[in-house]
Amino acid sequence: MKIASFHKEFIKVLLMFKYVYSLVFCIVLGISPSFSQHTEEPAAATAAHEEEKFDIGGMIMHHIADEHGWEFTHGVKLPLPIILYTADRGLEVFSSSKLDHGQVYNDYKNEHEHIVRVNADGTVNEAVHPMDFSITKNVATLMLGALILILIFTSVSRGYVKNKGKAPKGIQSFLEPLIVYMRDEVVKPSIGKNYGKYFPYLLTLFFFIFINNLLGLLPGGANLTGNIAITLVLALITFLITNLSANKYYWKHILLPNTPKWMWVIMIPVEVVGVLMKPLSLMIRLFANITAGHIIMLSLFGLIFIFKSWAVAPAISIFALFMSAIELLVAFLQAFIFTLLTSMYIGSAIEDHHAEEHH
Amino acid sequence: MILLDNALLNPSPGLIFWQLVVFGSLVFILWKFAWKGIISALKEREGEIEGALRMAEETRAEMAKLKSDNDKLVAEAKKERDLIIKEAKEASDKMLAEAKDRAVEQGNKIMEDAREVMTQERVKMMSQIKKDVATLSIEIAEKVIRKELADKATQQSFISELVADAKLN
Repeated sequence: MKIASFHKEFIKVLLMFKYVYSLVFCIVLGISPSFSQHTEEPAAATAAHEEEKFDIGGMIMHHIADEHGWEFTHGVKLPLPIILYTADRGLEVFSSSKLDHGQVYNDYKNEHEHIVRVNADGTVNEAVHPMDFSITKNVATLMLGALILILIFTSVSRGYVKNKGKAPKGIQSFLEPLIVYMRDEVVKPSIGKNYGKYFPYLLTLFFFIFINNLLGLLPGGANLTGNIAITLVLALITFLITNLSANKYYWKHILLPNTPKWMWVIMIPVEVVGVLMKPLSLMIRLFANITAGHIIMLSLFGLIFIFKSWAVAPAISIFALFMSAIELLVAFLQAFIFTLLTSMYIGSAIEDHHAEEHH
Repeated sequence: MILLDNALLNPSPGLIFWQLVVFGSLVFILWKFAWKGIISALKEREGEIEGALRMAEETRAEMAKLKSDNDKLVAEAKKERDLIIKEAKEASDKMLAEAKDRAVEQGNKIMEDAREVMTQERVKMMSQIKKDVATLSIEIAEKVIRKELADKATQQSFISELVADAKLN
């Protein structure tokens, strides 16, 4: 009961911002190819051009996309390893700083964050497709987030050994309510009595998304959870867990629905699409929400440069502050929703037959 | 198609690879070194708290039971005391009454005995007196007879004198 009302509140808030998000998202996505075209012009020609016209779309795309090396601010760039695998040369590892400013190193060139092999005359060698396993900004953030989570939760776990039989202390007492909340209000009601098997994964999922959402809000932070590769993997794992642990009632519901037989022509494809849409919606929801949040923030800051005036800055700052607060909420919310929905999908896949009769 | 061409919507294989590796190891490491301990510790503590609460409840019930038992004991003891006092009083009353009865009986018996003894004494005395009187009478008669035999006049006066002397008390 409690979770239902809580969930409803969340949905309400979500709906409110969904429209804003989708609007901004569509605009930016729709116009971004023109920006990429724009930046494909020779650097010398655009140099003078950029002086006059601020390329807000390009700036935004640059910030929300991945990059080789980690640029905190203009000119301050942390070089990261580039790891390439090509059929002819095997594994190659070098620093991303070697490719900065369009330099060519080992016949490689960074073409808008795509590492390509170039010929001696500077043209792209289309025959070679380097597989890029570089530690990009996103991968570095991924590792950083994982490290933070490991440090935090092993310390929490140690706290239970150290404060055995005593009240929790420090970070342990800060995170314990969250863990207990996830267990009692999210995982247990959604999955049922066999929740224990899935609970550790769901906790990892929740805190992984949450910490990376928060890291993304930091200045210079990467848009990790707004990257579709990350959400794709998370959604794929949900899909696998759900369908691999599903019982016969779940499959019967999909493959032999409780409808007249002639309806099966329609019902079975609908059910199968439903199975695929669930993880797909998870993937898109997290990606779109986090990316849209970043786009809104960047758009607000971009306005200052578009107006070329200090005067708009205070107003923009207030908006940005407001949006930051919203983004903090969204950071928790999206982690919560991803975990809640994953739990519910698992729950629906392993629930016993008596619930099926209601359908 | 614009959407599909966009870099944002094209998951990069490198990132997918790293996400699988890093997230996979994160799940494993946290499972092994964090969640296992945390979840079991939470469960254990909840069990302890539940046990403690249950014990407190049980103790309270026991205390209440003890108290009611105590009250019952006290009430019983009081009842017993009253009974004992009552019985003691009855016994003492009975003893008193018996003692009184016996004393009266004894007194009566003593009186009876005394009366009997007195009666016997009187009978004895009477017989003695009778004997004495008889003896005296005989003596008088003897003396009278003797005097009569000596002097008639003196006899006469003597007899009358004797008779006067022998006035019975």
